[in-house]
Order: sequence, then C-alpha cells, then structure tokens
Amino acid sequence: MTSMATNISPMAGARRGLNVGHILLTALSIICALLWFFPLYWALVTSFRHDDETVKNFGLLPENPTLDGYLYVIQHSSLPIWYLNSTIVAVSVTIIAVFMAACAGYAISQLHFPGRRLLWWIILASFMVPAQALIVNHFIIIAGVKLLNTHAGTILPMLITPVTVIVYKQFFDSLPREFREAAVMDGANPFQLLFRVYLPMNWGVTTALAIITFIGAWNAFLWPFLAAQTERMMTVTVGITAVQDAFGVFYGRLMAGAVLAGLPVALAYIIFQKRVTQAITLSAGIKG
Amino acid sequence: MSKYRTSEVLVAAVLVAPFVAIYGWMFIYPTIQMVQLSFTNAPLIGAGVWVGLTNYTRMFADKIFGAAVWNTAYFVLLTVVPGTAVALGIALMVSRLKGWLQSVILSLFFLPFVLPVTVVYLIWDWLLNVQFGILQQVITPIVGRPINVWRTIPWFMPFAALITIWWTNGFSILLFLAGLRNIPKELYEAAALDGGTRWQVFSRITWPLIWPVTVLCLTIQLILQLKIFDQVYLFAVGGRTQATMVLVQYIYEQAFQKNSGGYASAIAVALFVIVVAFSILQFQLLRIRGNRQ
Repeated sequence: MTSMATNISPMAGARRGLNVGHILLTALSIICALLWFFPLYWALVTSFRHDDETVKNFGLLPENPTLDGYLYVIQHSSLPIWYLNSTIVAVSVTIIAVFMAACAGYAISQLHFPGRRLLWWIILASFMVPAQALIVNHFIIIAGVKLLNTHAGTILPMLITPVTVIVYKQFFDSLPREFREAAVMDGANPFQLLFRVYLPMNWGVTTALAIITFIGAWNAFLWPFLAAQTERMMTVTVGITAVQDAFGVFYGRLMAGAVLAGLPVALAYIIFQKRVTQAITLSAGIKG
Repeated sequence: MSKYRTSEVLVAAVLVAPFVAIYGWMFIYPTIQMVQLSFTNAPLIGAGVWVGLTNYTRMFADKIFGAAVWNTAYFVLLTVVPGTAVALGIALMVSRLKGWLQSVILSLFFLPFVLPVTVVYLIWDWLLNVQFGILQQVITPIVGRPINVWRTIPWFMPFAALITIWWTNGFSILLFLAGLRNIPKELYEAAALDGGTRWQVFSRITWPLIWPVTVLCLTIQLILQLKIFDQVYLFAVGGRTQATMVLVQYIYEQAFQKNSGGYASAIAVALFVIVVAFSILQFQLLRIRGNRQ
C-alpha cells in the first residue's frame, strides 16, 4: 500500500481528500454520541447539585457538588427496600427462567419423546402472544392463589421468556453429534450430558441469556406495578415514580433516585458489554 | 411405546416438567381465560354472566377504543420507520470507527436501552420541565415560548416517540452493526478500486445487503411498539389521559380503574389478534429469508 501511495501521485491526492472526510465523519460521530448521551449526563449532574442550584444553574458542572440528594432518597424513601425487592425478583426470575429454558431447550433439541413438537409450537405461540394482553388474567390468577403483593406473585408471570428457550434449543441443535456419542460411550446419563458436558462447553450462551434476563426483569414495569399493592412490596422501577411524594419536587433528589435505580443495569451492561451484544444478536437470530 | 425409549421419555418428562407447569399456568391458562372472560360481564375479581358478543359490539361503537387504536397506530407510525432509519444511520457511523473509540461511542448510543422506563421518564420529565428544563432553552427560541409538552396534546405523541427512539434504538443499532459486519470486505475493496463514490458504495452494496436486517428491525419494532404502554402512561399521569390513550392503557383502565374484567378482556383479545397477526407476518418474512440463505 505504501509503495502505491508514493508511486502514483493522483492516488495521494484522493487519499488526502478521503482523510479530511474521514476526520469530519469521525468528529460528527463523536458529536452525535455526546448529544445522544447528554440526557444521562444531565441527570447525573443534576443529582449532584443543591436544590436551589438545580433551578438556576445551566452549567455543565455543579457549583458545589453534593451527595444530599442521594442521602435524602436513601434515608427518607423506601428505596433500600425497593432495591431489596428488585434484587429478589430479578435474581429469582433469572435463575428460574434460565434453568427452565436450558432443561426444556435441551429436551426439545436432543431427546425423543411424545409431545415434542407440541411443546415447540407452544414456545413459538408464547413468543407471539403479547404479555400485556394477559395482565388482567395474570392478576385474576395470582389473586386467586392469594399471591398478590408477594415476591412469588410478582415473579411467576415474568417467567414466560420464550426467547431464552428458543436460543437454547438452537444452541443445542448446533452442537456436533460426536460429543453426545462420546459422552454416552463414557457412560454419561442425559442429565450429566446436559450439566457436565453441554452447558460447560459454552457458558457464554448461559451468561449472555442470564444477563439479558436479569436486565429485563429489573426493568419490568407493567406487571410489578400491578402486582405490588403496598409501597413496601414495590420494585425500584415501580417505586421511583409510583410514590408521588417519595422525593418531593426536588430535582436533585429525583435524579439521584433515577441514577440509583438505573445503576445496577447500567453496570451490568458496562461490565458484560460483549455478552449483552451477543444475547441481543442471538435472540434476533443474527450471527454476530 | 415402540417409537420411544422409556428411559429417554422419563428423562425428558423430568426436564420439561417445570417448563410445562409454568407455561401451562402462566401462558396457556390465562390465554384461554382471556377469551372466555371476553364473553362475560365479569368484574375484575369475581364471576360474571355470559353476555355473548356484547363486549365486542360495545367495543366497535366505543369512541375511546377507536381513539386508543388510532393513537397506537400513530405512535407506531412515529417510531418504527424513523427509529429504524436513525438506527441505521448510527450503525453506519459506528461501523466506520475502530478499536476503543468504537466501543466507547457504541456504549454512549446503547446505554439508554438498558435503563428502566421509569428512569427514562424521570430524566426526560426533568429535561422538558416547563420552568427549569434545559430543553426549554431549545424549544423557546424555536416556538417563541416554553411548552408544557405532556399537557399539550399535539406535542405529546411526537415527544413520546422521540424519547422511545432515544431509549430503544440500541437494539436495532446492534442488529445493524452485526449485519454490516457480515458484508464481505472484498466488495468494498473492489468498489474502492473502481473509484466508487460514498453514495454509490452505499446504494449499490450496503443498502441491498443490509435490507434483510432492515426488514427484521422494522418488524421487531412494529410488534414492540404496538404494545406501547409504559411511557405513554407515565407521561400522561395527571393529565387528560383519554386524548393520548393507547390500547394497553385502555385494557388497564377498564380492568383496574373501571373494574370491568370482561370488557377489558375483549380489548385484550383485540390487541392479541393484532399482535399475533403481525407476528405471523414476521415469522413468514423470516422464513422466506431463512430459505434464501
């Protein structure tokens, strides 16, 4: 490439033109990204401002950064309990849904049993049916077994995550047959095959699905909003807006609450960026 | 049992048991109950009387139901195509970058997607606050006065759509990036040798090859946005909710505020039919795409 650039002079001119365009486009990308990120930045800055400053300072940095907003929402609202509820709900949904999906996906992919096709059709059907259309009946069913306003009642309808089963089934389908034959020769039973051979072969898929399920469960709004009837049973996602006077009309506190509510999922994304990307492309059926 | 091995069937039964129990209880049973309830006048909790098609005839004459269908369609119109176009633009920008710069820029665009809807609501409610919101500094010079966006009906849906695009676009961006990465490099090298302009390269190579991903993004977004509730509900709280009512919100209102489980179920069936119809369409499109490969 270097020899070409030095030998052929018209190419050098074209390349310089390309570089100017390249730099301009890169600058444009950076500006767009910063503008896109600005709402989050503004929330973060506001959360560190004093109350009187939030309504008069439009500067990019707080004058005297303060943690008052954070201290207030932790001490004067139910935020710590909401955090606990969110953690219990999101972790339970993740563990149960992913475990259930791995078992079902494996059975549908690798084992022969009556009703296998029917199960696959049920999964595809549940993929299409909007959960929002079932809220009334979920409410009636959960109320019928006296589980409203409990963690179990919040968790149960959220366990319908057909995409996880579909991704697992496709993952098990893609594994070479020889692994199975070799393991069976060594005397492994189907359970050992699943938990000792297949899943450990690619923990990446399981990690990716677990993270995306956790983020989805933490962020869920509509069902946890209906299931929680008292302030003490709310998740963070529901609590920060459902309790009108939780923080008062103090924007520093409101933004501190917003930052705290979004922090776990934002961190999960930043730490496991690659896995989140993998989960999204897998669930849409695209090779990443 | 000649076709199946008993031991294998037993193992399968154990493995699928939790799945069958949960999906039976939380998916199949509520779906059947929804249809059944839509033919009764049941309250939210308690038994109702069979009323035949009354709920459905009422629904088609119901002005608010009509408004909810219209608003949902309007929201879909404002989000699906514009959002997908913006995502493609961003993906094209990000795909040109390399190394750490690319991951940082991508994270800045993607981060909103992982946040809960209530956080998105709080942030934008503050940004657009009619007295102290920083975005009023942009709105005021253009319109001439600050606008209370969530209490001004013509502004409501466009802003709800704008925020939704900002919030959910990360998903489509990732799909487009994966699609762009799958386009063979040789094609671009050949085009560069032939002296193709940027526009020619885009219109002759990138666009036709990214088209299947575009269709995928459009259908996923379409199905997702038909189910709109959270943002519209949050931003409309305390305001004239009927003017900005969407379908899921109407199910919620009828069931949980008006205590009519039967009528709410009929609206839910309508939503169900609309979403399933579009899902089947998507499924067919994907199958066609799958067969071509």
